[in-house]
Amino acid sequence: MLTIAADVLRELEAHLEAAYPNEGAGLLLGEAGAGGKRVAAVLPLANRWDGAEQYHRFLLTPEDMLRGEQEAARRGLDVIGIFHSHPDHPAEPSGFDRDWALPWYSYIITTVERGRAARSRSWLLKEDRSAYDEEPLVMAR
Amino acid sequence: MTTIRIPTPLRAYTNSQAEVPVAGATVGAALADLTGRHPALKPHLYNDSGELRAFVNVFLNDEDVRHLQGAATPVKDSDRLMIVPSIAGGRR
Repeated sequence: MLTIAADVLRELEAHLEAAYPNEGAGLLLGEAGAGGKRVAAVLPLANRWDGAEQYHRFLLTPEDMLRGEQEAARRGLDVIGIFHSHPDHPAEPSGFDRDWALPWYSYIITTVERGRAARSRSWLLKEDRSAYDEEPLVMAR
Repeated sequence: MTTIRIPTPLRAYTNSQAEVPVAGATVGAALADLTGRHPALKPHLYNDSGELRAFVNVFLNDEDVRHLQGAATPVKDSDRLMIVPSIAGGRR
């Protein structure tokens, strides 16, 4: 289970709407516990994929990840996952997403339809890397 | 021994260790020693052809080894290696 407050989700969606018609992305900062993970904050990042392909690709560099880990540590949190958008496309992971995925991280994918965030879902890579399981995304107050 | 820092999502495969001491005179040998000690890590670091996955980046004392000599980069006992993921994806 992945818990996220409505205002944090709204901040995530606003970043992805601003990136439209390209894909946007960023990091989920939060805490992991026995009952699941809680997103405490999002770290919106620039899409580093080559510009012409950003309509269907995103990239966060190792330098982005290091910066994210430092920012998380500063706040007493961990990087617990990644968020990205699928512009005008279902919020389901692609084969390309899976090739690049790590276990344990929560992957929020948001459909952005005609510039507006329409639906967000969260996914976890299976241990054997064969597919994803959907992780319930729960709104907290 | 050289130490390798393990990113959070892969610590489940190193008995929750954030840093693992490894033997080896090069980056490649150090990584081989790491996966020898923790075999469950291997499928997440290497693809079916035995090459490092595209998202796996190895830093030696804060420098990407791709900018050094890659897997052949020499390492000393006092060196610190870090595995840092890059993240990519997209709708198709």
